[in-house]
Amino acid sequence: MQIDKDLVAASATPLVLAILDEGESYGYAILKRVRELSDGEIEWTDGMLYPLLHRLHRLGYVTADWRTSEEGRRRKYYAITKEGRSALADQQRQWATVTSALDDLWQQLQVRHLVGEIS
Amino acid sequence: MTELLESLIDEWRNHVSQANGVGGHDIEELETHLREQITDLGGSGLAPDEAFLIAVKRLGDIDDLSREFALEHGGRLWRQFSMPAGLEPEVESTGFAEALAFAVVAALAIQIPRLLTQSSTGLDELYLHNAALLVLPVLAWYFARRNSLSPRQVAAATIPFAIGALLINIYPWQEDSSTELLAALHLPVAFWFAVAYPYMGAAWRSHERRMDFVRFTGEWFIYYVLIALGGGVLIGLTVFILEPAGAEVVNAVVEWVVPSGAAGAVIVAAWLVEAKQSVIENMAPVLTTIFTPLFAVMLSVVAVAYAVLGLGDEFDREVIGVFDLLLIVVLGLLLYRISARPSTQPAGWMDRIQLVAVVAALALDAMVLGSMIDRIVDLGITPNRVAALGLNIVLLVNLVWAVWLLARFIGSAIPFHPVERWQTDYLPILAIWTATVAWLLPPLFGFA
Repeated sequence: MQIDKDLVAASATPLVLAILDEGESYGYAILKRVRELSDGEIEWTDGMLYPLLHRLHRLGYVTADWRTSEEGRRRKYYAITKEGRSALADQQRQWATVTSALDDLWQQLQVRHLVGEIS
Repeated sequence: MTELLESLIDEWRNHVSQANGVGGHDIEELETHLREQITDLGGSGLAPDEAFLIAVKRLGDIDDLSREFALEHGGRLWRQFSMPAGLEPEVESTGFAEALAFAVVAALAIQIPRLLTQSSTGLDELYLHNAALLVLPVLAWYFARRNSLSPRQVAAATIPFAIGALLINIYPWQEDSSTELLAALHLPVAFWFAVAYPYMGAAWRSHERRMDFVRFTGEWFIYYVLIALGGGVLIGLTVFILEPAGAEVVNAVVEWVVPSGAAGAVIVAAWLVEAKQSVIENMAPVLTTIFTPLFAVMLSVVAVAYAVLGLGDEFDREVIGVFDLLLIVVLGLLLYRISARPSTQPAGWMDRIQLVAVVAALALDAMVLGSMIDRIVDLGITPNRVAALGLNIVLLVNLVWAVWLLARFIGSAIPFHPVERWQTDYLPILAIWTATVAWLLPPLFGFA
């Protein structure tokens, strides 16, 4: 299944913020986490994550910090801020509204199909 | 194996760094990503070069990526001005402190006559004679220091200023002398040519260095106008705000701050041009590109109208000055187009437009010049007419030969270099003419 490009773009911000809410992380690990969560269904063009992270940094939703990890790799670590958390909560509400509206419609759809099969 | 991988990554890094909008730290971040991906892929049994290819592909198309980065970091596409010590490693020491010191010297020098004289009538005359003399030698000195001229070269650079200073102050000017005004008008230009010598590091015969001086002059002028605009706003606001303090305070500000600011700006503008020459696109060629086609259209239309309606004879005799100005502007358009044009580029439509503009200007000038000479014969020779007519002829000679060369270049008969060469060869003639008006014309006309 290929997920629509617009949907990928729209879901990128809440996904990244939610992953960072689990704890600070860096680009490559964030991407791995996204793949893991979606069983590889959500495929990002890897590079595009970084402009997004920089945008979140500019908006003050995350902090960025170059550090050398234990295994000796220099990485830029991102951590969510208070503003980031409230933005995430906001995103969560928006997505909840959208999904619940869609859920209702999916159920009605199913009912209509069942009725169609019976009659 | 790792060696191969390193060289592949190096190549990739070079490629990415060409992209606009992707900064140094972005590349570092992307590279870390690339390496982690390669390690992971290698862990699942791929050869490093295969892993590299897959990792790069996953990272995405560089053009798309750089567009995305540029959207996020819009400012990076602009060459931002920042004061020294900023983010411009390519300009070594920009020497702002030194320039500032010279600017202060110029700002103080311009006040010397005011400090020495009491009467205001004598003061006006002193400034008329010496305004340029108080500022441009400082600029020459600044360049002499920057280019580390030898004492002998410094002496040579001083000569024109010394002669200029001496002559204009000892000439026995008559009351309301028009040669005095002409000298005051031409002297700053002659001194500007004198600044060329230290600017060029004494290599005044070099075609390339002369062209550099032409470029410098254009950029300096633009920076100066911009600084003057800013200064005008600053002074205007200051005067308004100080109004309650009374007219005396306001006058003091205008008398002291304006001349000193204008003098200091001469040096600061020169420093800006030098510091920014490789960082910011030169403005004069940009303006030339915009205005050459417009001038070509305007001049062609006007030339046709003149020819059809016979307006050349109707012209006011004093208006020859306007035609001098026209030829100067056309020469400027030609010069700044040449200064920015790659010599090896074949003739293009801009060269043809340029040719049209210059030919139209020459045709116009020829129509007016005939009646001008008639009038001089009828009404007699005055210093003003000689100066205006002489300048006109000096410019005309330059442009006529330039048109001939340009036409032959467009016809592929000659390379572009002679077109450039003619202009740099002609610069001394322009310098000599301005010096002649400043120094020879007054005694010839009995200082009238």
